[in-house]
This record gives sequence, structure tokens and C-alpha cells, in this order.
Amino acid sequence: MKLYCLSGHPTLPCNVLKFKSTTIMLDCGLDMTSTLNFLPLPLVQSPRLSKLPGWVLKDGSMFLDKELKECSGHVFVDSVPEFCLPETELLDLSTVDVILISNYHCMMALPYITEYTGFTGTVYATEPTVQIGRLLMEELVNSIERVPKAQSASMWKNKEVQRLLPAPLKDAVEVSMWRKCYTMPEVNAALSKIQLVGYSQKIELFGAVQVTPLSSGYALGSSNWIIQSHYEKVSYVSGSSLLTTHPQPMDQASLKNSDVLILTGLTQIPTANPDGMVGEFCSNLAMTVRNGGNVLVPCYPSGVIYDLLECLYQYIDSAGLSNVPFYFISPVANSSLEFSQIFAEWLCHNKQTKVYLPEPPFPHAELIQTNKLKHYPSIHGDFSNDFKQPCVVFTGHPSLRFGDVVHFMELWGKSSLNTVIFTEPDFSYLDALAPYQPLAMKCVYCPIDTRLNFIQVSKLLKEVQPLHVVCPEQYTQPPPTQSHRTDLMIDCQPPAMSYRRAEVLTLPYKRRYEKIEIMPDLADSLVPLEIKPGISLATVSAVLHTKDNKHVLQLPPKPPQPPASKKRKRVSDDVPEGKSLKPLLSGSIPMDQFVQTLEKHGFSDVKVEDTAKGHIVLLQEAETLIQLEEDSTHIICDNDEPLRVKLRDLVLKFLQKF
Amino acid sequence: MPEIKVTPLGAGQDVGRSCILVSIAGKNVMLDCGMHMGYNDDRRFPDFSYITQNGRLTDFLDCVIISHFHLDHCGALPYFSEMVGYDGPIYMSHPTKAICPILLEDYRKITVDKKGETNFFTSQMIKDCMKKVVAVHLHQTVQVDEELEIKAYYAGHVLGAAMFQIKVGCESVVYTGDYNMTPDRHLGAAWIDKCRPDLLITESTYATTIRDSKRCRERDFLKKVLIPVFALGRAQELCILLETFWERMNLKAPIYFSTGLTEKANHYYKLFITWTNQKIRKTFVQRNMFEFKHIKAFDRAFADNPGPMVIMPGYCVQGTVGHKILSGQRKLEMEGRQILEVKMQVEYMSFSAHADAKGIMQLIRQAEPRNVLLVHGEAKKMEFLRQKIEQEFHVSCFMPANGETTTILTNPCIPVDISLGLLKRETAIGAAPDAKKPKLMHGTLLMKDNSFRLVSPEQALKELGLAEHQLRFTCRVHIQDPRKEHETVLRVYNHLKGILKDYSVQHLPDGSITVESILIQATAHSEDQGTKVLLVSWTYQDEELGSYLTSLLKKGLPQSTP
Repeated sequence: MKLYCLSGHPTLPCNVLKFKSTTIMLDCGLDMTSTLNFLPLPLVQSPRLSKLPGWVLKDGSMFLDKELKECSGHVFVDSVPEFCLPETELLDLSTVDVILISNYHCMMALPYITEYTGFTGTVYATEPTVQIGRLLMEELVNSIERVPKAQSASMWKNKEVQRLLPAPLKDAVEVSMWRKCYTMPEVNAALSKIQLVGYSQKIELFGAVQVTPLSSGYALGSSNWIIQSHYEKVSYVSGSSLLTTHPQPMDQASLKNSDVLILTGLTQIPTANPDGMVGEFCSNLAMTVRNGGNVLVPCYPSGVIYDLLECLYQYIDSAGLSNVPFYFISPVANSSLEFSQIFAEWLCHNKQTKVYLPEPPFPHAELIQTNKLKHYPSIHGDFSNDFKQPCVVFTGHPSLRFGDVVHFMELWGKSSLNTVIFTEPDFSYLDALAPYQPLAMKCVYCPIDTRLNFIQVSKLLKEVQPLHVVCPEQYTQPPPTQSHRTDLMIDCQPPAMSYRRAEVLTLPYKRRYEKIEIMPDLADSLVPLEIKPGISLATVSAVLHTKDNKHVLQLPPKPPQPPASKKRKRVSDDVPEGKSLKPLLSGSIPMDQFVQTLEKHGFSDVKVEDTAKGHIVLLQEAETLIQLEEDSTHIICDNDEPLRVKLRDLVLKFLQKF
Repeated sequence: MPEIKVTPLGAGQDVGRSCILVSIAGKNVMLDCGMHMGYNDDRRFPDFSYITQNGRLTDFLDCVIISHFHLDHCGALPYFSEMVGYDGPIYMSHPTKAICPILLEDYRKITVDKKGETNFFTSQMIKDCMKKVVAVHLHQTVQVDEELEIKAYYAGHVLGAAMFQIKVGCESVVYTGDYNMTPDRHLGAAWIDKCRPDLLITESTYATTIRDSKRCRERDFLKKVLIPVFALGRAQELCILLETFWERMNLKAPIYFSTGLTEKANHYYKLFITWTNQKIRKTFVQRNMFEFKHIKAFDRAFADNPGPMVIMPGYCVQGTVGHKILSGQRKLEMEGRQILEVKMQVEYMSFSAHADAKGIMQLIRQAEPRNVLLVHGEAKKMEFLRQKIEQEFHVSCFMPANGETTTILTNPCIPVDISLGLLKRETAIGAAPDAKKPKLMHGTLLMKDNSFRLVSPEQALKELGLAEHQLRFTCRVHIQDPRKEHETVLRVYNHLKGILKDYSVQHLPDGSITVESILIQATAHSEDQGTKVLLVSWTYQDEELGSYLTSLLKKGLPQSTP
């Protein structure tokens, strides 16, 4: 069993597991932090951005000034933003049989894999994962395609040139692998390869392996996966949460008795408490609005936003914010809000109960009905007519490099009355803000990451007790900025095996057994023999049939009747076919009984001699000698086949066959 | 011989009161718990005393499964669980769990409040009963206990309707509930994989009918004015149909539905849209098909208008008012002995979403069961379908009446753990060039407690702490050959080499010959120099080859051409 690690990002994993002749890709996350090195894509011409000076090398050479721009001491690539793909060279991705998706954030690289590598397999994901994943991809494609950029910078990627650049561009890895965003036809083609699955559904792969998604509690339809044969069990835990938010709670019990547990997607902000952050979010929001400022919340169109809207639903009246408009701007805003209401089966118990009434499970339905929350596909069109300030705007993308958020950053950045509140944990907020500096607007950092923290992980591992834990290397040491916090790492016995990008791990385990079925008629023909109290055995001689990795034992066919014709056969016709194994023998032969048996069968001249290790039985007339020892019998005789066979059968009577 | 026993307590050669007991591999499962629309006495509920006279039902049943929310499938549930007493798990889909209590409450209201019956289940009982319900996802494998597992498949028919697979070890039963093999305006078609159950229990409402395309019925339907008759489920389909028609024809005439229930039901359809058909699911963001513009709640004043036609959008069970009207009675005796004259024009149009004969055959083809059992239909029609099934699929088909037990013998395979070493050794041999001939594999089956393991004989000995007993034979074969010993050996070697082409025959430097692991040594006869003695020695494992070699050598060596 081998694990190929194609992504170095611990929360956006992409691993390939080779297990019992199947090749299974676990997630295909897309590392979008690469976009932070690019200039934002403004929706309307931004004089500030277009006037940024080109970057000049220390020696004064200017050849990069078209590609690289400088803003407040940082250097940015002036080009269409690009993403860092999973490794595509570590193994032949066309050999991947299936891809298992754990949640909608971890499928963003799917079109790159399914459309460019010769992939011909099946992708498995839950319905909410697919629907919301599609929305995330649609939003991504839309926000990049609507701002066509003529320039595509590539000179800076040259290894010799990159070496001369300032950090972080100098240290960016695998820049040659960075790719532009995919297109909608590619998204549709990729999504058409997905087969929908439900929690606890057992899916057979080629009869060899069974995979099962389990609720992971992190997002709508988010799953952990069990990959198992009859004897081996691998658990893939990716993006799980034990907090009670909107999704169905995490199924922990089914992870028990794993041989290997692959652990990815832990919280990116282990020191922040999500509940506390939500509180801070609300109070900062209220303060800004009361002072007449606007609030900008860069966010994804699904996920935490549902929880934030629910908190605000309870909060706005008591905080006197009833008249403040809330805007949700995204090409998929409407779809996201609608979809959230129809996945009752994937929601936590409380929300399910509401659906049974029947009422919409999320209160944002009421916010929309009462006109407190309005949603728009973009800042153009209806929004510009309805737009009132002060207000609260939820919009993407959290990287601040593309999407409607760029416009609001440019619009509100100059006033200290306004606040931008970061809730998504995927991007460093300082890096995200860098191309907007200098900035007068207030910045509040309330990262809400509901995924498992290290305390919860150690509790979980104690509970489910896997034999081996495998995780990204980042989890086996404290965070680089807090090297004294040894509590912020995975602590388990035996120590977790760690992986990094482009590494291949051989997982420690050995298969010993396989399942086989015995056909009823064969089972009937078996003669069990109790060999020790409670233990019986039967020798089995049968025909093995293997089809679709399933093994079946059948009764051997009856030997064909020898042809009745008296034709003289050639000597070679009699050569025994193949090697038909006789059973092994065990036991020992009691001397006295053996002699008695011989006499009973007509041997009258039996003579016994003792030797160092046993006895020798002599049949004088037949010139035959039988050496009997504890664990062996040797019959030495003339070439008298009937005699030999007779003696053989007498000896066999005393022995057990295996 | 293991067997599966099936006893219908209701729906055996009948429609209504669906309730079927299944015993499979020591587990007892009750499928549906319905009421009969045609009766108002004890016969309306299944006779649960059949299960046990004095014991608790919970001790006898491992679980109860409800296929969908129609009352003839779940109407007796509160009576069964709260009044007779059952505390075990009850499984149904999420939409069924949501809608079922509404219909039960409605049923209770009509029976108790309108008809004034006492000794009926109460609202609280419905609530308590629903607490015992476990909702299942489609295709989710629910482990009821260590051995018993169930799995739901999409059945169409009504929102949340499901077929269930019940499985213990290798043995399995599929119960269809009511299903529809053709998608309609709001639901998709039933689907099941080739799960090859030992028994398929299928409904057979339309056992003899093959329906024309729904389009025709829709066209007919749209020509007429309409008072919708209560039908939760069908109402939504007709609403969608009318809504689209009204929109296309730009009609302004209002449409009404008869009960407040339909409006509430529409909300359920909106929230459980994932259970509807592909088209509705795809377009729901732009337009939720269950938000109607032209359709409003029924206004009672409309009832006296002349000339409307009644459309019965369902299956009318014997004994119900609907059935009487359909069969042409012009005078009806209503509750309270009031006689009502039927003035209206009556036309029957089947919109009910049951599989027709074609659909039933299609499902059998999909699932490939070893046996089929018909329920939820009329005996005469069932008989016809039974013959058709037996002819076409060559499987046994049963149709027990209520209270009658059908026993089906199963012949399950026995799953065993085989050591990988043994399996790999065998498959490696199996890869030999002559793959057509069946290869025998030899192993030892160790049975300890309940574990069955097939291992190599060597491993079996080792595990049991036993030593192998070597049985060896050495035969003296005399052959006439005046030559020197080593020349004799060479001749023997060439002879064997010529005949045993498939074996490894070797001439060792010490003058002996091996054929596989059989050793042949030659010595001169002590008295007769012209005779050589060949000692052929083999173990019991090489018995056949050893025996063959001695008889071969006994025939002597061929005359060699010098």
C-alpha cells in the first residue's frame, strides 16, 4: 500500500492511495494562495492600480517592469492570476481509477485532473458537495473571465530571473506548474464525471475494495471516507468538525479499528476559538455601522456565511441594526441561498426538525423575505440602483484578487469609517491587503475555522485508536511562528508518519487474508474432524474461480470416465497430469496397534526391532522393511505395487490428513 | 437448509393495509404497517396478534420499515407502536418521516372528530410513535444490528417513496413498496441495481394493465374542468401539469385544490426537492415548480356549480366512495344513512404512479431476483402476472393470501477467510499456459468458534502446533542391463527425459537421477551383474508420480540404438 502526496497544502490535500490493485485519488484541492502574488483584477478601471510603478532590479535593469509592479514595498505580478496545481508528474494520473471528494473546498482542482491527464475513472461525491462545488467553480470562473486581461506574464518564471526577485516571489515553489483558471465547459465536463453518493453508502470498486463516505460535520455534504477490504481499513479524515453548526454531526464511531488513518484538513487557526470570533465579528460589524461606516466581509458564497447570517438574524434587532441593508453579491448568491434550503437530509438535527414542520431550515429565508438581506449577481445592474450606505456587503473572493470585493476595497479603502472583516481562514489577511496599501479602512481579523483543533484531534485519536496515523508534515511540528507551542501538533503513539509534497510513502501494514466463498455443494461434501476441543478441520480440494476480484471455490468436476475402447495406449498417455498435491500428514503410529493391524491383514511373519529413534518392522517374506519414527515412516519394498498400496493405506489409517 | 419466510398480514392478494412479515436468517422484519380504506372495524388494521399472542412485539421484531407515507402503508403505525406496543426501530426516508405524521393526524381527526370513534390513537401517540423513527438516506447502508442491514432505493410513486433491501450475510430480500418505473411531471423513475436478491416482494396494483403514454392521458385531462380530489402526491403532479398548461395557453380561470393539506404538502415538495425528478431539480433555483401562480386553496362556494367532471387521480379501493362512483352507482349511501345522488359525469383516468405490468417486469430484469412474491394487488390479476413472470424469467413466483406463509429455500455460499499466501500460490499456478483445465487447489479449513479460515496445510500444522509426519516409499526395481552402472543410469535418464516432457528430470553429478523431488539411484545386484537395482524413493505427496515411475521402469528400458 502506497501513498503518493501530490499537494503540500495541508487543508487542500491531493493524495493518491494504491490499495489492492486500485488507485484512488483522495481529494483534489487547488492551492490558491499563489494568487496573492498577483495584482487584483479591478471591475472598473482603477487609476491607482494602473499607475503602479514597474519593478526595477537592483542593478537598474528594467526588462521586468511590464510584468512586475511595485506597491508599498511589495512586488506583484501584473497578469491573470494563476493557481498552484497538484503534482502531475509523480505518477501517471491516467491510471487513477476513482477520485473521492471530501468537501466542496477540496475539489477545486478537479477540472485540471479530469480534463488534462487522460483520466477515465469515476469521481464520487455527495450531492451537496457537487452542487456547492459547482457554485464555487462558477464564481471563480466568472470573476476571472469577466475581467479579461491581455497580459500573461511568464518571463519572471524563468529560474534565473526568479532567483533575483524579492520574497515571497523568490521562494514561490513550482511556478512553472502554475496554471490559469479553467473554463466553464471544462468545469461541466469534470462535474459530469461525478457519481453522487450518500453517507454510509457502500460502494464496491472492482470487487476488491469498498469505499464509504461518512459525515464529517464540517460543511453541507462534507465527508470522510473509509476505504476497506474485508481485512484492511484505511480511514481518510479530511476537513472534519466537532462543533455544532449547520451540517450533520461528524460520524466518529465508524472510524474505529482503522489500520491506517490519514489525517488532513485540520484548523488553520488553532489558537482562535470560532465562537469567540463570531462574537467579535458581530460587535465589530455593529460598531462600524453605528458610526456610519460600511462593512465589507470577503467570503466564499457558501459555508460559514450561512452561520454568519444566522447569527446576524438573531443579533440585528437587539443591536438596533434592523434598518441596515445586508448585501450578498456573487454570481451564485441566489443559487447558494436556495440550495442551502433543500439539503434537509444533510443538516444537523435542529434544522431537520424545522423542515419537518415544514419551514425552511435556515433563517436567511426570512431575512430575504423581510428585505433585510438582498442578493445580487454582481455590482452592475440592479445593485447600483438599490445600493444604500451604510451597509454590510458579503462578497468574494477572500483572496481580494478578483471578484466584486476588489471594487469595494477600492471604493471604501480610503475612509477610516469603513471596516473590512476577514472571516475566511484560507489567506493571510496581511498578504491579501498588501496591494491595497496604504489603507485607511479598519481591518479586523476574525478567522472562523470550525475544523478540528489539536485537542480535538488527540481526543479523536484516543477514541478511534488507529494503528497508524499519516498526516502532512506541518502537523508533526509546532507552527513556525509559534515554535514553543508543542501543544499545536499531533501527538500520538506510534508517532504519526508525515508526508510532504511530491513524496511517496509506503504505508506500514501487511495483508494476510482474503475473502473466498465456498459453494454450498462443496461445503456439503466437506468432512470436518475435531482435532482439538473446539477446533475442527477439513481438507479442501476444490476448483478456484476468480472473477471481478471475487474468489469462489467449487466442487471439482468428476473425473471423466476412461474411454471404453481397448485401443493400446502409448506409454506417455499415462503420464500423470500436473502436480496434484496430496495432503500433508500428521500424527504418529502406535507400534503395537500397527503390528496388530498388519497381522489382521495377513502378514504373519512380522518382526519388530528397536532402533535409536523408533522401530523397524520387518515383513520377511515380502522382503519389506518399515521404519517407524516419531515423525516419519519409510516403507522400503520390492516393486510390488499392490503390496505397497496395501501397506500405504494401513499406515494412512493412523495419520491425520491436512 | 436456510430459508426465508414471508407472511402478509395485509396486502396479500389485496390492496390496502400493507403489512408483510419477513423472517430471514433468524431476523424478523415487518414491512409497512398500513390501514385498509375499505373497512371501519377491526379489519382496518393488520392482525398483530399473529406475531405474538402475549409477548412483547419488540422481542419478536428486529425492525419495522415503512416504504412511503400513504396511509395504506403507514396508517396503523401509531396503533401498532403505541397501543399494541413496539419500541424497536422504525425506518423510513426523510420526506416520509416529515409527511407521515401530518397524514396520520388527518386520519385521526376524520376518524375521531368526525366519525366520533373512541379507542383510537391520539395526537400524542402519533408524536411518540414518530420518536421511534430513524430516517434513512437513499443508498445508505443502515446497520440495524451486527448482522442485519437495510438499504433504501428510489421508488418514484410519491415524494420520499423508497424500496428497501434487507440483507443478512449473503441472503437478501427486496421490498418495493409502491413504485413507478416511468418518471412523471414531478418525480423520477424507480431504480435498483443488479443486487440479485433471493426474493423480490413487489406490488402488483396494475398487474394486467399496460398503460398508454401519459401524454395522452394528460391531453384528455386538460380538456376538462376539474375539482381535484384529495390526493397528496398526485395533487402536486396535476398542479404542475395545470400550471404549465395555463401558462402555455395563457388561461386566467382559477384552479383550486380541495384541502389545506395540499398547500402544506407543496411546502414539503419545495424543501425536499432533491427527491423529485431531474428537470425540477435542475431548474429550481430559477423557478421552484411547487410555487404555483394559478392554483389556490379551494373555495367551498364552487362546489354547487353545474357541470364539472370528477377526476379520480388515484387507485380506488373496494368499499370506498370513489370505487362505488366509478363502478357506476348513481345513488350513494353516505355516513349517517343520507342518500346522495350522483349527478355528475364520471370518467376514470389513471394518474396514479404505480408500475404497470411492463414496469414490474422491468424491475425484475433490473434486480435479477431468484424468487418473486406478489402483494398489493387483486388475486385474479396477480395470477396472470405470476404466470408471465415464471414464463419469462424462470423463477418461482408466489402470491400468498393474508395470513398465509410462503417459505423460500435459499442456498447461501459460505464466506471463508483464505490466507493470502495460499491464494497467491494458487493463482500463480492458475496462470499456467493451459488455463482451460480446472486446477485443483488444496487447503485446510480450520474451524474455530465461528471463524472459518482456509490455510495451506503447512500453516494449519504450524498453527495447531503439530509436526508433519513424513511418509516415504522406496521401491527396488530390477532391470536387466549388462552395462556399467553409470551407463544404465544414463539410459534411464534419457528414457525418462523422453517421456516426462513436462517434468524436470535431472542427472546429478553423484550419479543419481531426480524427477521433480523423486530420487532414483542405481546399484548393481549383489549376485547378478547383469541386473541392476534401481531404488526409487518418493514421499506421499508425490505418490502418483512415484507410483507411475516404478511401473514405467518395471517395463524395462527400450532397446537403444547404439
